[in-house]
Amino acid sequence: MSTSAAHAHPGSGHAHGHGHDHGHPAPGFWSHYVFSTDHKTIGIQYGLTALVFLFLGFCLMLVMRWQLAYPGQPIPVIGGWLPKSIADAGILLPEGYNAFGAMHGTIMVFLAIVPLGVGAFGNYILPLMIGAQDMAFPRLNMASYWSFLPGCVVMFASFFLPGGPAQSGWTSYPPLSNIATSGQTWWLLGMVFLITSSLLGSVNFIVTTIHMRAPGLTMFRLPFFVWAQLVTSFLLLLAFPPLEAAAVLQLMDRVAGTSFFMPEGLIISTKLLTESAGVFQGYSGGGSPLLWQHLFWFLAHPEVYVLILPAMGIVSEVIASNTRKPLWGYKSLVFSVIFLGFMSFVVWAHHMYMTGMGQAISIFFQATTMIISGPSVVILTALLISLWGASIRYTVPMLFATAFLPMFAIGGLTGLPLGLTASDIHLHDTYYVIGHFHYVVAPGTIFAVFAGIYHWYPKVTGRMMNQFLGKAHFWLSFLFINGVFMPMFWSGMAGALRRQYDPLMQLHAETVQGLGVMTSWSAWLLGLTQLLFILNFFWSLKAGAPAGENPWHATTLEWATEYTPPRHGNFAAVPTVHRGPYEYSVPGHAADFVPQHEHA
Amino acid sequence: MSATIELPHDVTPHPITGMYNGKFGVWLFLASEVMLFGALFSTYVLLRVGNPEWKHGWDLGLNIPLATLNTMILITSSVTVVMAWYSLQINKFDTARLYLWATVALALGFMVVKYFEYTAKFSHGITPKSNLFFAIYFTMTGLHGLHVLGGVVVFLYLVGPGSRMWLTHPEKYTNRIECTGLYWHFVDLVWIFLFPSLYLL
Repeated sequence: MSTSAAHAHPGSGHAHGHGHDHGHPAPGFWSHYVFSTDHKTIGIQYGLTALVFLFLGFCLMLVMRWQLAYPGQPIPVIGGWLPKSIADAGILLPEGYNAFGAMHGTIMVFLAIVPLGVGAFGNYILPLMIGAQDMAFPRLNMASYWSFLPGCVVMFASFFLPGGPAQSGWTSYPPLSNIATSGQTWWLLGMVFLITSSLLGSVNFIVTTIHMRAPGLTMFRLPFFVWAQLVTSFLLLLAFPPLEAAAVLQLMDRVAGTSFFMPEGLIISTKLLTESAGVFQGYSGGGSPLLWQHLFWFLAHPEVYVLILPAMGIVSEVIASNTRKPLWGYKSLVFSVIFLGFMSFVVWAHHMYMTGMGQAISIFFQATTMIISGPSVVILTALLISLWGASIRYTVPMLFATAFLPMFAIGGLTGLPLGLTASDIHLHDTYYVIGHFHYVVAPGTIFAVFAGIYHWYPKVTGRMMNQFLGKAHFWLSFLFINGVFMPMFWSGMAGALRRQYDPLMQLHAETVQGLGVMTSWSAWLLGLTQLLFILNFFWSLKAGAPAGENPWHATTLEWATEYTPPRHGNFAAVPTVHRGPYEYSVPGHAADFVPQHEHA
Repeated sequence: MSATIELPHDVTPHPITGMYNGKFGVWLFLASEVMLFGALFSTYVLLRVGNPEWKHGWDLGLNIPLATLNTMILITSSVTVVMAWYSLQINKFDTARLYLWATVALALGFMVVKYFEYTAKFSHGITPKSNLFFAIYFTMTGLHGLHVLGGVVVFLYLVGPGSRMWLTHPEKYTNRIECTGLYWHFVDLVWIFLFPSLYLL
């Protein structure tokens, strides 16, 4: 047992300690902080990089929301700073709107949420939770981050190209993306780096989880967080390669003039494309734009489960610890998440109902889509029932974790009319879709990420975050985030289309323009609210109350490291596990929790 | 920094999977590669089925005898890598080294044949842009060729500077040859599907 006070170093807010390297010389700056193979350092690298991009992706949308609330008006303050490809005299250009929209989606999904959920939380917490000293392949782990970062740099750099970044949606549908400016090629190259990073990481996670568990830690004694990460890793491993293939094919189309996605006789702005100058001159045709959609969505549907599963894992751990009772239905959680993983591979074409699919295939995908909602409901129900009869501690992480439940429920329920073909005819490509998926990722996953940060910050830094700032952050975020996304369901049902630079393009959208203004103001206020979090995050590094090794009195192994913050090697000795992960309020015990590794 | 920690199952197999870490990792990686090439094969099927006037490879000038030779070359190289691994198991490092060099030579031979095939096409003005068949032909064989080259790089490392590991950790070195061999068998298997799909059917 050791507390951070006993091993305090100057600047002990940093996540690494020095000196205790079992007789080896202390590593230099570069191999300790930059090219580290330690999963904790890599987790922090992923976390910090991803948080920066989360903020950037959010800012892109804040700019777009100005155009949507006050179309054609110059953006205040920052309008003049935007490059010529994005804005003219401070007014967002249509190309700029599309560019910001495409990059908002890309950055949020691939550079923020997945690196946070998997790269940051997964890397840092998973080896600790299974009692391991590091991942199975530490150098591969480092390679994974150093493949991720170049991908981020490529994506970010593409903003400064003369033609702007990618602007064909995060979905990059051809033929539009095929003929788009050079930003699209950079997007494809960036994606190759990011996909490579995910593949390397997923191999590591799976081998680590199966092979590196501490003695006594059977699969059914694993915290649900670990199961969620395991299934997520399988999704990343098997679903990403088809997108990599699609990216290669689109690169071939854009650079070598092939026609994988290009039909014959394409006319762009009254001219035959085959008669243009450049790479498309004399292209052969015969390709299929639908091919891209199938390859893309084959990844992108499992990808949305990659976005939610780590969040469910985080929320489960926070709920167990703050209710002081075992999670209800552990086995149902595990079997549901495994079933969810399998099903996620056979629902992808519910994103393609409006492409002219035949009835038989539509019915197939509608059926699988309805079936896949089952396990999500089981997971949500188990977490909800876990609250029943509990002695709930409303700590800041618990506030976020509890809010996750109804928010994810709204997101999931609003998915049903989209998954049913008949209602999707009306709702496809409207703001309803945007409201649906944002409810799942924004007050869903991002709230879970906040819960995780508040929950594990004491372990990573040795200090507690400020409670008052945390609660203010929660309540204001909860209020404003609902203000952003709830109106979208009404806009969508009224027929307001998504990805529209001019919100008043269609006459019927005028009736819901007021809702759009409400969304915009809620978004800007939500942005301001995040300053509370940023302030808290950095202030607490230096001035937060010392945390001790297990401030939440939790049972799982990550709280039993030799030092807090944990150092290289994590544990004084390999722990032996004697019980399940959620032995809270066990009758007959003095304490209301029995850690997994405590002797029987 | 990783040298300070001894990671379990680095060499000893795990009771559940029966594999050491690296082998499990390589099998998982191969599963993802199946999805990668599977996506490309699916693309091929979709494009071919959707284009009724699809011309056959041999009608478009593909050289079947040369590709058959390439198939034999790759299959032989799969045999030589197994022989290398077996030689290490019976402690005959010099024989293993010979077999590894043979594998590299065969792989490079494959690439030389491919070089002649490609340049023959280019000199006749046939490029990936020419038609959809050649688009998918060059893309799939090109990606496969990159995988062959990747394997060559790894083999060269293991038979060169990496072979020092035989002196300090012979079992771990043998495992590395095994893992690379598994990857190599997969590269061979992809060709065995590519060859009939593009050249014969």
